[in-house]
Amino acid sequence: MVRRPSGRSRFEGAIKAILFAAAVVSILTTLAIVFSLLRETIAFLGDVGLADYLFGTKWSPQFAGDQQSFGVLPLIWGTLYLTGIGLLVAIPIGILSGVYLSEFAPRAVRKVVKPVLELLAGVPTIVFGYFALTFFTPEVLRNALGLGVNQFNALSAGLILGILVVPTIATLVEDSMSAVPQSLREGSAGLGANQVQTAIRVVFPAALSGVVAALVLGASRAIGETVIILIAGGQQPRLSVNPYESYQSMAAFIASTSRGDIPTGSIEYETIFVVGMTLFLLTLALNIMSIRLVRKYRQVYE
Amino acid sequence: MRSNRFLLAMVASGVLAFGAAACGDDEEESASGATATEEPADSGGGDLSGEIAVDGSSTVAPFAEAAAELFNEENPNVQITVGTSGTGGGFEKFCAGETDISDASRPIADDDEVPVCEENGVEYTEVTVANDGIAVATSKELTVDCMTTAELKKVWNKGSKVASLADVNPDLPDTELSLYGPGTDSGTFDFFTDTINGEEGVSREDYEASEDDNQLVTGVAGDAGGLGYFGFSYFEASADQLNLVGVDSGDGNCVKPSLETIQDGSYKPLSRPIFMYPSTEALGRPEVKAFMDFVTSQAPAIAEAAQIVPLTDEQVTEAQSALEQ
Amino acid sequence: MAARAARQTVIPKSTGSDRAFSAFFHALMYGAIGISMLALLTLLYDVARDGVPSISWNFITSFPSRIIPESSGIQSALYGTLFLMVVCATIVVPLGIATAIYLEEYADRTRWWNRLVEVNIQNLAAVPSVVYGILGLAFIVRGPISLGRTVLAGGITLALLVLPVVIIVAREAIRAVPPSIREGSLALGATQWQTIWKQVLPGSIAGIATGVILALSRAIGETAPLLVIGAAVNPRFNPDGLGSAFTALPIQIFAWTQDPNREFVDLAAATIVVMMVLLLLMNSLAIFLRNRYEQKW
Repeated sequence: MVRRPSGRSRFEGAIKAILFAAAVVSILTTLAIVFSLLRETIAFLGDVGLADYLFGTKWSPQFAGDQQSFGVLPLIWGTLYLTGIGLLVAIPIGILSGVYLSEFAPRAVRKVVKPVLELLAGVPTIVFGYFALTFFTPEVLRNALGLGVNQFNALSAGLILGILVVPTIATLVEDSMSAVPQSLREGSAGLGANQVQTAIRVVFPAALSGVVAALVLGASRAIGETVIILIAGGQQPRLSVNPYESYQSMAAFIASTSRGDIPTGSIEYETIFVVGMTLFLLTLALNIMSIRLVRKYRQVYE
Repeated sequence: MRSNRFLLAMVASGVLAFGAAACGDDEEESASGATATEEPADSGGGDLSGEIAVDGSSTVAPFAEAAAELFNEENPNVQITVGTSGTGGGFEKFCAGETDISDASRPIADDDEVPVCEENGVEYTEVTVANDGIAVATSKELTVDCMTTAELKKVWNKGSKVASLADVNPDLPDTELSLYGPGTDSGTFDFFTDTINGEEGVSREDYEASEDDNQLVTGVAGDAGGLGYFGFSYFEASADQLNLVGVDSGDGNCVKPSLETIQDGSYKPLSRPIFMYPSTEALGRPEVKAFMDFVTSQAPAIAEAAQIVPLTDEQVTEAQSALEQ
Repeated sequence: MAARAARQTVIPKSTGSDRAFSAFFHALMYGAIGISMLALLTLLYDVARDGVPSISWNFITSFPSRIIPESSGIQSALYGTLFLMVVCATIVVPLGIATAIYLEEYADRTRWWNRLVEVNIQNLAAVPSVVYGILGLAFIVRGPISLGRTVLAGGITLALLVLPVVIIVAREAIRAVPPSIREGSLALGATQWQTIWKQVLPGSIAGIATGVILALSRAIGETAPLLVIGAAVNPRFNPDGLGSAFTALPIQIFAWTQDPNREFVDLAAATIVVMMVLLLLMNSLAIFLRNRYEQKW
């Protein structure tokens, strides 16, 4: 037994308290986020009813008088629509890439492909936005494909959003498929299945919860993305399905409206928060779902 | 082990070195200059320092930014930030005492802005700095030469369902319109809706609204049916990408905005003077006074640099005397 | 032989359609990888093509001009980004490491409040960056802390944004230190803190440094939070202290990208190139540190 002098143990106790205080900062951050969102949201809902907000179909907060309307559906729809277009691209590419990296890629190819994906994951989103507006829309969509899209359109923003999300999905799919024990693959091969059949019918279903987690995380990332849509997607909230037109997402609305300029206490100021709250709750729900799914697939095999 | 402790020290000192380097350079000389078209008159000497907060109209902003750049050539230590919250947004902050100078593309509103300023004890001077016209422009593919104010009203009025120009005039193309315009905080919006739609703030809502006129220009130029309105200086800066629409105010004359037609008022009704409102309190600071003196004495040169329609000579004299009071 | 006969009755022979499908699936996978690579290459090529011609020493040392693209530069944006990084790092490094040490070395996992902290950090890591911008605007720029639209406010907002990432990475680095090291140290009479300070931290510092650098490189590229808290656009001055207005590389890119004047758009591309070079340097530093100093236990 080693005796410790009491001065030392007081010091140790102080250290522990300081470290705990540091950890509490993260809790305070969440509280601050929730509190600041909640306060203005409540003020907003006092002026505009919850039903009008959630079920209204016109979003025109900046107009005055009877032209002013606070129905958030166009923003939610814009967000989901753009995310949908993005996932349409990101899900097949991401899953196929993940499957390839986990089951098929020879080591030499892995050494090239993994860094490419990591590089893609590290590119700041503003660069994607630049690419969408100045290259993808004019050169690819209009010149090469001859599509009559608007200058700011959902197709461009959505597709580039998809490219942004591919590394997230691919990496997580690869992780979850790699975690499947080798014995399952050997058993399948022993029964005569070729590699593709093994991958699709045995490994993939075994890693399914991880794959779903990847998709959910990818969706959450796309939903929260701001700059690509702000630059290339336009600023018109609308409830239609024409990808050639411009849309506005919740995050893009927040960024384009606030810019540090809005006077505190005005109804416009409040709209930033209520839309922010909606966005926060949506991504929170998706993130919790994805964490649960990841825990599930990790549990089964570790 | 030792290498790791060394690494720890390296990381710590690296962060500190960054900080030292970044902080130590704040005495650094500022810009290699933007060359002005004319040499600015002596504007108070180079030892002025301080910060000036300018905010408001995005139409006036190019003027204010050009003025700041040219002023900085003689006075590099005065930090001038120019915001673009819109004329209305600018006045809100100005009357709350948050800014020193408010840019405005319309006079301060008697009904809801002047009282707020009075309440908060913010006194100001109205200084005309340039002339502006609101340009109606379409993309190069949508060839329209002239529209009457009545036709414009049909397109832009509240509740309008006009989808193509052929709806208001069968002689015009029937391409589906992609509408762009300023947001509701903008003085340009206020002025356009007031003169065309008859009442300020009354407008259809289904257009792409942005306080960023650059975005509007990009949008109008890029869509086959692009049609929008914004400050004339923004048209000038991108004239090769846009088609300018002449406006007939009802007397049969189709007038396109230009330096001359805006200055002599023949481009109607969409011509107007634009203003900067320095607060009296800010004018008490030497750097602000020097800046405003520079602005009024050099207004035409600044306007040219910013591609804005300059004041006539009489307007310059008026502005300078307004500032003296 | 009997085994082979048995197998032949049970296992279907590889049919033509199986092989065709396998080939088809391989084609799909190659196509997917190909698209990703094509996207990245096109992006880099486009940015380089548009931007590289505009890069010069003048570009890096000039201020942005509203009226003359030829003499516009990114000096204020570079300084702003560097300032923000310093503020961000100063906050995030001690806070992140302290939290990670607490969670790994001190926290009793069975206590509900410690589990709450862990779950909370995981959630914070996935909150959209624009929401952090709102937090910065409501709490730090205005609200209780009221710093105004200053470098300090921007740095704090970015620090809160990347703090969860730093905590997670630091925890993994600390966790990689084997328990035997700790046990040995305690057995020799060291206290818990002495063990951490002299054994665990030095052993994990490489991993922590790598994580911090990666987190900072993420913070450099963030646009949305800075937009929301109100970074200045086209300022012709460098921030001269923590209380100064500021801009940053992503904000400058954002402003120039949307300019209808093609020359300014090219300047945006040039700024992107500069920013990516900066990120490349930081990531290379992180990889170098990891490879050189990583402890193999």
